[in-house]
Amino acid sequence: MGRWQRRRITNALATALMTLSATAAVTVLLIILGHVVMQGLPSLNVAFFTERPLPPGEVGGGVAPAILGTLEMLGVAGLIGIPVGIATAIYLSEYGRGNLARAISFSVDLIAGLPSIAIGVFVWAWLVRNVVGQYNGLAGGVALAIIMIPILTRTVEETLRIVPDPLREASLALGIPRWKTILRVVLPTAQAGVITGVVLSLARAGGETAPLLLTALGNQFFNLDLLQPTAALPIQIYNYARSPYPDWQAKAWGGALVLITLIGVLSALTRWAVGRRTHAY
Amino acid sequence: MLTSLLAPPRPEPVEQEPPRAGMCARDVSAWYNVSRKAIENVSLGVAANHITAIIGPSGCGKSTFIRCLNRMHEVVRGARAAGTVELNGQDIYAPNVDPVRVRRVVGMVFQKPNPFPMMTIFENVVAGLRLEGGHSNRALEEIAERALHQAALWDEVKDVWKRASGISLSGGQQQRLCIARTLAVEPTVILMDEPCSALDPIATYRIEELMIELKKDYTIAIVTHNMQQASRVSDDTAFMLAEEDRIGRLVEFGPTSRIFTNPTERRTEDYITGRFG
Repeated sequence: MGRWQRRRITNALATALMTLSATAAVTVLLIILGHVVMQGLPSLNVAFFTERPLPPGEVGGGVAPAILGTLEMLGVAGLIGIPVGIATAIYLSEYGRGNLARAISFSVDLIAGLPSIAIGVFVWAWLVRNVVGQYNGLAGGVALAIIMIPILTRTVEETLRIVPDPLREASLALGIPRWKTILRVVLPTAQAGVITGVVLSLARAGGETAPLLLTALGNQFFNLDLLQPTAALPIQIYNYARSPYPDWQAKAWGGALVLITLIGVLSALTRWAVGRRTHAY
Repeated sequence: MLTSLLAPPRPEPVEQEPPRAGMCARDVSAWYNVSRKAIENVSLGVAANHITAIIGPSGCGKSTFIRCLNRMHEVVRGARAAGTVELNGQDIYAPNVDPVRVRRVVGMVFQKPNPFPMMTIFENVVAGLRLEGGHSNRALEEIAERALHQAALWDEVKDVWKRASGISLSGGQQQRLCIARTLAVEPTVILMDEPCSALDPIATYRIEELMIELKKDYTIAIVTHNMQQASRVSDDTAFMLAEEDRIGRLVEFGPTSRIFTNPTERRTEDYITGRFG
């Protein structure tokens, strides 16, 4: 066997191995997706999206309050988390020097590393026990905001840092004040990263279960009052999945499918938006 | 000039005859941090409606010095400047002077063309005015068209200036766009920090032509390490040099014709005749 032939065989083997590994990784994802779609699709119907859950044992109804509750709490989380996260990122990237900046940066890493159940316990002790007095959606939103902030801050900070300094200088040299330079030149240049950060962090928060169990609790009824216990998709999935009723178990699969689809659609939309807005410099 | 530097947030109404402003730097020193001194006691005058060239080998502090003339040096983290720089008799380093106002009057063009990537050509030109607010779209269009004419870019972009991005242009066009952007805010002095070093000879020639055209209305200071360029375009030339201590100092300053034909300093002659640098 000549040297040339040996190289060809080695090459073919290595390529085959790598293709196999890549396929294996994707296969796992496809199996999960396929299974969720197969199990979840049959329970998706109009009632699933529009009606409230029925009492245990009854067949029918839907998870509309949970979808609504998740959106409500993501709204609260976004209202708190997006401004705080972006402002923190701007501070760290554009202004922060010295010990205060180091302390804030370290804290962001610490929060990112906190187990989400610990965030749940903290918000429970603070908002549920001491301020409101009962489980409530506001507390759920605050817990989700705390989960969002470090993800958003890090993503936005990284993109702000790669905005070239000559752009900041060009703006300052035109007599544009520093704050306006950041808002009108630096942020728009980094907007792809900002959008990615917002969506990533919202998607991550939307899938959280543990902190919501201790704060929003869940609710079988429609509820727009943020000071009342509020339903959420992950809680609904958790409760239904461990129930003994086949109809509820099927609905848990349906809920999982809806959650995955939601996050998938968000990511796809972001990719599309970011692709359109990315400018080479 | 005094009032325009100090208070009102709006610029004065545009005058038909732009004020002729010269600048005078006295004992300007600059540091990049506490221990790194970049230039020491540089004193020179930038005469109104002249082109003043600052030449010298790399690292002699010429860019640092020119950035002290519109308070851009202090934008660098930890950087500090001392001395006085007078603009029509007023010290721009006086404690009550807002650097933002100084940069309105003393514009700057950078070494590498740096148009704003998210903006069209039009938006780039009027960026300084638009971010300030208070101008109608109509007025902005007129100002942009005039600035693009002044920067000799109009004919090349007139069909696309409202939709094409600033970074879709060639390097030389981008640099002229940056000049137009600087002109649009109506400065009286324009500082140019090696504006042609990233450009090919034809684009360089166009910028030089443009500078000579612009000096009728503006006062220009240009940093260059291209001596032919300095001798071609400038009226006055300053030669800076950093010795072993890496601190830049002014060696000689005078009319370009004299500096290039009959310099008094031996070091100037050595540099100009190509013996070092």
